[in-house]
Amino acid sequence: MSKDNEILEEFTTKEYEHGWSVNYEADEAPIGLNEDIIKWISAKKEEPQWLLNWRLKAFDTFKKMTEPEWANVHYPKIDLQKLRYYSAPKQGKKPKTLDEVDPELLQIYERLGINLNEQKRLQGIAVDAVLDSVSVATTFKETLSKLGIVFCSFSEAVKEHPELVKKYLGSVVPITDNYYAALNSAVFSDGSFCYIPKGVRCPMELSTYFRINAANTGQFERTLIVAEDESYVSYLEGCTAPQRDENQLHAAVVEIYAATNAEVKYSTVQNWFPGDKNGKGGIYNFVTKRGLCAGDHSKISWTQVETGSAVTWKYPSCVLKGDYSVGEFYSVAVTNNYQQADTGTKMIHIGKNTKSRIVSKGISAGKSQNSYRGQVQVMKRAHNSRNFSQCDSLLMGDRCGAHTFPYIDINNPTAKVEHEATTSKIGEDQIFYCNQRGIDTEDAVALIVNGYAKEVLNQLPMEFAVEAQKLLALTLEGSVG
Amino acid sequence: MLSIKNLHASIEGNEILRGIDLEVKAGEVHAIMGPNGSGKSTLASVLAGREEYEVTEGEVVFKGENLLELAPEERAREGVFLAFQYPVEIPGVSSTNFLRTAVNQVREHRGLEPLDAVKFLTMMKEKMKLVEIDQKLLSRALNEGFSGGEKKRNEIFQMAMLEPTLSILDETDSGLDIDALKIVSNGVNQLKSKDNATIVVTHYQRLLDYIVPDFVHVLYKGKIVKSGTKELALELEEKGYDWIKEEIGQAAV
Ligand SMILES: Nc1ncnc2c1ncn2[C@@H]1O[C@H](COP(=O)(O)OP(=O)(O)OP(=O)(O)O)[C@@H](O)[C@H]1O
Ligand SMILES: [Mg+2]
Repeated sequence: MSKDNEILEEFTTKEYEHGWSVNYEADEAPIGLNEDIIKWISAKKEEPQWLLNWRLKAFDTFKKMTEPEWANVHYPKIDLQKLRYYSAPKQGKKPKTLDEVDPELLQIYERLGINLNEQKRLQGIAVDAVLDSVSVATTFKETLSKLGIVFCSFSEAVKEHPELVKKYLGSVVPITDNYYAALNSAVFSDGSFCYIPKGVRCPMELSTYFRINAANTGQFERTLIVAEDESYVSYLEGCTAPQRDENQLHAAVVEIYAATNAEVKYSTVQNWFPGDKNGKGGIYNFVTKRGLCAGDHSKISWTQVETGSAVTWKYPSCVLKGDYSVGEFYSVAVTNNYQQADTGTKMIHIGKNTKSRIVSKGISAGKSQNSYRGQVQVMKRAHNSRNFSQCDSLLMGDRCGAHTFPYIDINNPTAKVEHEATTSKIGEDQIFYCNQRGIDTEDAVALIVNGYAKEVLNQLPMEFAVEAQKLLALTLEGSVG
Repeated sequence: MLSIKNLHASIEGNEILRGIDLEVKAGEVHAIMGPNGSGKSTLASVLAGREEYEVTEGEVVFKGENLLELAPEERAREGVFLAFQYPVEIPGVSSTNFLRTAVNQVREHRGLEPLDAVKFLTMMKEKMKLVEIDQKLLSRALNEGFSGGEKKRNEIFQMAMLEPTLSILDETDSGLDIDALKIVSNGVNQLKSKDNATIVVTHYQRLLDYIVPDFVHVLYKGKIVKSGTKELALELEEKGYDWIKEEIGQAAV
């Protein structure tokens, strides 16, 4: 036992790897939340009137809403008036190409292990780098545009493709959807936009890398992905933030639209600062992610590896409207120390012969709380729809908690819904077995946990899977005791 | 190589080992027999370093070092191998991946370079032949859903991969069919050298026809109550344990 405690000690004093921040000259909105701030943001971004109106409408809606309290997470109320809603690095004139981007900003990403230089980058992944409130660079734009693919920052999309943005913005997550989505709609600053035209298979992984740098600033990005008929895209999202004593709010919205026969894979490796070992600081991650399988035979697949954040509140969902459409959700959520996660999915079956699959693997260590919350809803006309849910929880130690909240609502007698749930403790037998073969406890835990999460990790693109495995091991280091 | 003196060990306050003395020299094979619950697996676990057991008295010296001071993984790296009576399942982790981690950690300890994927696979192929284990089994999750016999065979395969100095086989023969018993024993014999030693725990004298022991010990109520040569095993097979129990009973009076 004492040895375990030593390891635990060693881990908890280990610092969050991406906890640094840099000082750059920033363009900031005044602190506070009101109509003037929203107008300020909109003006800063030189937005058209329709978008400002949309924001103001969202703000009106937001003011009438109250913060949701049903999630199994506990944290002091956030004073939204004390936050800043826009902070961007000052760049002379708007950079047109990567060469014009301030090298200091590129260095921030370099330090995070993300090289934005196209020549040096691994082939096959295009990146949109979002720093605080703005996108600083997008790579491989030209290569992609030859295929008619639009991959750029949200702000740029508003300028270059207003008709697309106007058509799809809020079509999957309406401003009235929930408290944080309404807030995001009012104040969102930037994010990524992606459009795959009819019949095009996107030849590379598209990715957005979100980085929070500024203090006391909320990050409210918005991602919109539109996949036209017969198209395919795989999209990755990564995120980190500096280590700060105050909590920071991250309230993003992701909307995915899939037309007939289109397929979208969306993968996230979330590594926001989780707070220190005493539970001080960390990101509040309140995110709304939803995909609409609008066309027949369309497919949307969410894969998430959640390791960071102090509080996570996130339910990537699929609305299966098209007949024969498919929704998938694969999740690994790890919590350690005082982290709290309430995460899961919603599968709404509207069309006939729709199928959904949920695989959720929760891992809790330390004094953390890990909840799975999932809803499967089968509407009246969704004949022959199918759902399979598998929710497993793994506990490490006896001071943490795992909870499962499945909601099943079936309105069609031909539906088949299966739900399986297991809870297990990481076995001393398993660890001893590994030890006996010469493997130390840290590596044993990493092996066992990666084995447990394998079904989910297998869904990730290769490069990300390796990253995710390392991250899992790092998050759990020394948590056996 | 291994010297156990007056070893006492207990679990949750119950004394299971009550003064074990055993000397094992390089090149030797020792068989440990004894009725169910006599403490055979406990002895194996204590030697391997299982933390649930508390050593209350005695000492264990392995290659001149105090074994009891080492963590389980250090003992393994020093060359102690335990083939488990009940091998553990690790879902989602392939035998290949598991063994590669193990082999490389052991190599690191011994000051050797880690094996790259190609060299590792070559080594695996070679050792697979030794115990005639199927490649398919090794690409599956470790022991998950393996039959009893497959688990035992996999233990010996792991032993072959790790090249230990002291191997403790805890009832590796139970659950093996007759052909498998021959194959596994044959594997163990091929791994035998003048520099390593083997302790086999078994209930059946049949195994000892294949793995011929230099010494046979009878463990009863946490003590080695009788030691002899191969003939002792034959005698036990024939007469059971009652006569030994009686002998001890008389001695105690
Ligand atoms: N936690 C415990 N508390 C009390 N007694 C225990 C505990 N764990 C094991 N024992 C006992 O220790 C004794 C020795 O067990 P051990 O597994 O070493 O026997 P064994 O000789 O290997 O038997 P077998 O031939 O059946 O494999 C048994 O009587 C067992 O019930
Ligand atoms: Mg036993």
